[in-house]
Amino acid sequence: MRFIFKTDYDQDIRLFQHGGQVFWYGLLVALLIAAPFLVSEYVLSQLHFVCIYSIVGLGLMLLVGYTGQISLGHAAFLAVGAYTEALLQSKGMPFFVSIISAALLSAAVGVIVGLPALRLKGIYLAIATLAFNVIVEEIVTRWESVTGGNQGKHLKAIELFGFRLVGDASFYYLCLALTALSCLALVNLLRSPTGRAFVAIRDSEISASCMGINLAKYKTMSFALSAALTGVGGALYAHKVAFITPEQFTLLTSIELVTIVIIGGIGSLHGAVLGAAFIIVLPQLISIGKDWLPAAVASQSGLQSIVFGLVLIAFIIFEPLGLYGRWLKIRSYFQLFPFYRAGTFRRQKSYMRSERLR
Amino acid sequence: MLSQVLQLFLAGVAQGCVYALVALGFVLIYKATETVNFAQGDLMMLGAFFGLTASTVLGWPYWATILFAITVMAVVGMMIERIVIRPVLGYPTFTVVMITIGIGYVMRGIVTMVPGWGTETHALPSPFGNAVVRIGGAVLAVEQLAVIAMTAALCALLYVFFRYAKLGVAMQATSQNQLAAYYMGIPVRRVNMLIWGLSAAVAAFGGILLAPVAFVHSNMGFIGLKAFPAAVLGGFGSVPGAIVGGLIIGVVEALAGFYLPEGFKDTAAYVVVLIVLLFMPSGIFGETFHKKV
Repeated sequence: MRFIFKTDYDQDIRLFQHGGQVFWYGLLVALLIAAPFLVSEYVLSQLHFVCIYSIVGLGLMLLVGYTGQISLGHAAFLAVGAYTEALLQSKGMPFFVSIISAALLSAAVGVIVGLPALRLKGIYLAIATLAFNVIVEEIVTRWESVTGGNQGKHLKAIELFGFRLVGDASFYYLCLALTALSCLALVNLLRSPTGRAFVAIRDSEISASCMGINLAKYKTMSFALSAALTGVGGALYAHKVAFITPEQFTLLTSIELVTIVIIGGIGSLHGAVLGAAFIIVLPQLISIGKDWLPAAVASQSGLQSIVFGLVLIAFIIFEPLGLYGRWLKIRSYFQLFPFYRAGTFRRQKSYMRSERLR
Repeated sequence: MLSQVLQLFLAGVAQGCVYALVALGFVLIYKATETVNFAQGDLMMLGAFFGLTASTVLGWPYWATILFAITVMAVVGMMIERIVIRPVLGYPTFTVVMITIGIGYVMRGIVTMVPGWGTETHALPSPFGNAVVRIGGAVLAVEQLAVIAMTAALCALLYVFFRYAKLGVAMQATSQNQLAAYYMGIPVRRVNMLIWGLSAAVAAFGGILLAPVAFVHSNMGFIGLKAFPAAVLGGFGSVPGAIVGGLIIGVVEALAGFYLPEGFKDTAAYVVVLIVLLFMPSGIFGETFHKKV
């Protein structure tokens, strides 16, 4: 059991609360940096995806987990980022310019989506973003002169400072650096008044506006920041798969992205990363699990869909706090041993939390 | 010219009826339990598959097919409520939405695994065939007229049910105020379960009506996504609104498909819903309450 004696107000907003965190995060960073030398090429390639999905998950977590705004249209921002990157690269722009443009353009689109969000709540917002996703997908498919339509668009390897990032390891370091930067940026943002304002809006819009928070400004900002991060993720994704078509940015992709946030645990940045890792590992687990299933079941294409759905349902029913919540429980079990009680993390049910009353 | 518009209009209304039935399912569940069932389209798909089995494998007549699909789906709907939805009663809306998305995934997966259903596209024969009626210059398919007539009949039946039947009134009471309904001796949870059953049955009916037009396959449920704009257009909590919304979406889609360039047909519904939401954030028939702090 660790006791933290607070002797200074600055301690509350320090990046690391205690030495243990410095040690464990340091170890994690060291392991991640050493990863290309430790793991096989295949695992490294999966780590690319984990990094990319983490960035997107962080963006979505900011919006869904911290500002409380629902989005079922994040694949659209992913598409904006990916196609901006592809287009600017084919025009010969350097990577720095293109990825920043991808982020900015996604943010601009995010603002446009954020505007109706000022008036919409709950399910209406979810459906508005869903509609937006479908429209963007259709635009991407039809605007063939720019996006290549269903023919898709090829991307070349990234050039950075005159070097070509051809190897898996160099691309991994790029993804890792951007993921770490996004994490750090969000941790800092959430410690700032802006981040506090987001959380206040999530918890109660009425009380937030009573305390002088400009709802319109902060909601739009949240949408823009979330979209920008998703755009960066989209740009990296485009480079990772090297070939993008509109089918990669459908509503199902949006749902998968939201699943990252739900499975990881709503309202924690750790959750976004854990959720991303889980979503990448799940198909591998399924293909491993297939070996134990009877052949008649294992060979079916619907298996993945069923497992995905069941995992989602199981997480929401049995572990609403997600993977990170599970970790917190395990940790406090050992910290408080033998005094841990099952009720410590029990959520209070709020019957009839009506959305119609607003 | 006029006959062409009439023809398009009728086709749109027929398609809109299916949207309206799925939207009706959304609204029933939303009013009662404040959850939005994203698996409604997949319930429709499952209902169509049960209809297919009854019709092609068992060789039953059309009316028996409909009854069979409705009955089976009502049971499926109640089971879903009991097993999955009831444990998360009172959770935030979005959480429950995600759970229904999960249900949709599971149903789509299961359907592809059932022998005889699989991933192929099936055709469900319609008793109305390809017969047409000529009114003026317009050529109207009997099948479309039948879809409209059957939807109207179902709506009338539901109206009578909600207006006069004890259970229907109890359902209305539950959806207005659960606590007050509970105090009046209505078993709220059981009624919620029955509402899920009713909603799934309505979806199955929609699925069978849609089957001759759009074929039966495991991704048929995505048509249900078009019912969202319909439900939103009518305001999520309004039963007549859902039907009107569905018809509007159907007609807009039919007209957009004919008069606007390619690509507008599939997005027309969503463009309409975005515009409506921008100006009327709670739909056309939407009811707004104000929260007391």
